[in-house]
Parts: sequence; C-alpha cells; structure tokens
Amino acid sequence: MNSQLIISVSQLNLYVKSLLEQDVNLNNVFVVGEISNFIDHYRSGHLYMSLKDDSASISAVMFAGNASRLKFRPENGMSVIVRGRVSIYERDGRYQFYIDDMQPDGIGALALAFEQTKKRLSEAGLFDIEHKKKIPSLPKKIGVISSPTGAAVQDVLNVLGRRFPMAVIVFAGVQVQGDSAASTIIEAIEKMNALTDVDTIIIARGGGSAEDLWPFNDEKLAYSIYNSQIPIISGVGHETDFTICDFVADLRAPTPSAAAELAVPDAREQKYYITSLKSSLDSLIEANIREKEYNLDKLTKSSVLQNPEKIIENSEMYLDSLSVRINDSFKDIVIECSSNFAMICSKLETLSPLKVLARGYSIIKNDEKIVNDINDLTKGDNITLQFTNGIARAKIIEV
Amino acid sequence: MKMTYEQATKRLEEIVSKLEEGSMPLEESMKLYEEGVKLSEFCMQKLNEAKQKIIDINEVKDND
Repeated sequence: MNSQLIISVSQLNLYVKSLLEQDVNLNNVFVVGEISNFIDHYRSGHLYMSLKDDSASISAVMFAGNASRLKFRPENGMSVIVRGRVSIYERDGRYQFYIDDMQPDGIGALALAFEQTKKRLSEAGLFDIEHKKKIPSLPKKIGVISSPTGAAVQDVLNVLGRRFPMAVIVFAGVQVQGDSAASTIIEAIEKMNALTDVDTIIIARGGGSAEDLWPFNDEKLAYSIYNSQIPIISGVGHETDFTICDFVADLRAPTPSAAAELAVPDAREQKYYITSLKSSLDSLIEANIREKEYNLDKLTKSSVLQNPEKIIENSEMYLDSLSVRINDSFKDIVIECSSNFAMICSKLETLSPLKVLARGYSIIKNDEKIVNDINDLTKGDNITLQFTNGIARAKIIEV
Repeated sequence: MKMTYEQATKRLEEIVSKLEEGSMPLEESMKLYEEGVKLSEFCMQKLNEAKQKIIDINEVKDND
C-alpha cells in the first residue's frame, strides 16, 4: 500500500474520464437503443433518459443546444439511433452517453416530427371543421403571403389578375425557407389581420423537399393561422405535399395557382351571371306589364263597361220593383181602412134610431119635440108617432 | 353611385327576387327594374374595366 499512490475520488473519476475520452472509438459512436425514463427538463432544455436493449441499459443526456435542433420529440419506448460520446459524470462517478444527435430508428426524423405535430395539433382541435372560416365569394382585397422572388407569387398574381382583377392585392414578402421563415410568415399574418379589410389570405410557396417545406410545419405558425380572423387558403408545395399549414388552413389548395383560383371568382362567369340577372329583370318586368295588361283587358271586357245600358235596365228593374211594393202597401192600407169603415158603419147602425124603431119602438113627438118624459104631455095633446116606414097622428086621451 | 361590386350584385339579386315575388304595383316594379338595369351596367363596367392593383403591405395606407 505504501509504495502505492493514494488519490482522491475526484482524481479517480477524472482519471477514468480522461481514459474514456482518449478512446477514439468512444468519442464518436453510433448506438441503437430504446428510450426509457425520459425526462424533458423544461427549464434547462436538457434531455435525460436511459437507452436500453433487451439486456442492458445506459444513462444518457442530450444538452439543450443539441436538443433544440431535434425536429421530433423523443418519447419513452421510441427506438432511436444516437450519435455521441461516452464519458463520466464526475460528481456521481456515473458513466453515461452524451448525445450529440438523435434519429428515430426506421422512420425519418422529419416524418416522425410531422406525425407528432399533426397528432398534437389535431388533439388540440386546430384542424376541426367547425373552426374553418368560409372563403368570401367576392373578395375586395386579397392578402398574398409569399417569397417576393419565388415563382409561386408570380403564379398567384397571374391567376388573380386573369380571373378577377377587381380584387386589390396586398402583398407581404416573407422567407419561405430556413429557420426564420415561420416567424416572418406569422408576422405577415398578424399584419394582414391588423388591416381588417383584407377578405382572404393566400399563403403560397412553390414545391421543394420536405426540408424546404419544413417551416410550414411550425407549431407557432399553425396557431397563428388558427387564430387569424381572416380566412386563409394554403397553397404550399405540389399536390402531393402536405404540411401542417395545409391542415390548419381554412382551405387547402394543392398548388399556389390553385389557391389563387379558389380565392376569387372568374370574371367571365361573373359577366355571365350579371347578364343572366339582367335578362331575368327584362323577362320579369315584361311578365309584370303583361299581367297588368291582362287585368286591364279583363276590366274593359267586363259586362258593365261593355253594356252600359245594363246599368239603366237594372235601375228600371229596381224602380219597377219599388212601384210594385208601393202599390201593394197602398192596397193593404185601403183594405185596412175599409174594414175599419165597415166596423164603424155597423156600430153606427146599431146606434141608429131607425134601427130602434125597426125593433118595434116608435118616437113620440109633440110640436116636433121628442117626448121622453110623461110630464111633457097633457090630456088632449096632438102628437105624432114616427115609425120606420111612416108617421101616424094621435091624441092623448089621458095622462 | 359609390358602391362596391359585391354590394351592387347583392342589390341586383335582391331586386330580381323581389320582382319574382310579383304582386307589385307597376310603378314600383318599373322603378326597381330601372335600378336593376343601372346596377347590371355598373357591374359589367366594373368587370370590364378592372385592372389589377398590387400594394405592398408595408406601404398600405387607409383608403387603399
């Protein structure tokens, strides 16, 4: 022991570390394994995990600088190929793998990242049909977001100019490739929204590799499109290219030119439409006038206007009926009066003195005065007796 | 007639459907007809005379 050099733990760990780091093979090695115990340290951005296979495992760390370049998100159970070096974490004396780069095993990193983002945003409701805004059919102002130097913008402007030149174009030149592309597009969307009178936005980019189109899979861009108050048509890449931008946009067009076609009506169709409206107007007013003419015709042909004498005839008939009625009424009155008269006559008859005489009475008159008191008579008076059919003279013998 | 193409088409469609309903005094329908004819002429003129106008977003002013 005494001839041996005694060293500290730190010195030991440092010594082993230097041995490992001197090994050329361990300095840049590719390892395939499955991720477990994965921890995404949000504050530092470092990723901690274990890499394992069926029978062995090793601790691994990926520092924030390298981790930020990952397109996909590592997950537990994911099979990956990592490139890096082996060293020792001196504080714990733990031997571990320092990951410089990571690729999913079997599927491309971009493809995996795309699927992951798509799934995440889909679950967050960003692709929901109910959220899609309707594209205005007659836009006054179209926002075009594209590279000022690309062919895509020329295609878009050509189609818009040919189909519907009436729409004013508001152009926002952006980067469509590279790390800062997504943020320049987000800025352009925000500027368009600040204008308030832009009816539709077209985001256009020509075809390219999956890497070229990568900015259009940016999650922040997806949220910016989702939150835009103005409907957005996505025309990114070729027909076969799908980006997150396509899924979240209100309308996906297969190409930039197609996006422009979907944004505006065709002026020729509009002319045809206006012409058809005009001819509807013509035929409708004609029908209206014809209807009025028909009604007028019907009126002039009515019996009253055709035979005005009918009015007089009608009046005469009415007059006749009135005179019949008045005659009838008069007759009634006459009949009633005559019956009254007969009644009065019969009453009168009953009361007539002649009638009394006929029943056997006679009127005694003395000096032409009717005698109805015995005291008016004295012995020897010459009286007359009146009968219905004549007069007799008599002398009072005794009173 | 300070009107956009969109407003003009909309009004024109309105007039056509009003006339389609019928049962309208002749004076009124004549008035609508004249308005409709003017609108269709306005729309055709707009469609025929339109020239594409492109503004950079950084140079947008009000009324553009």
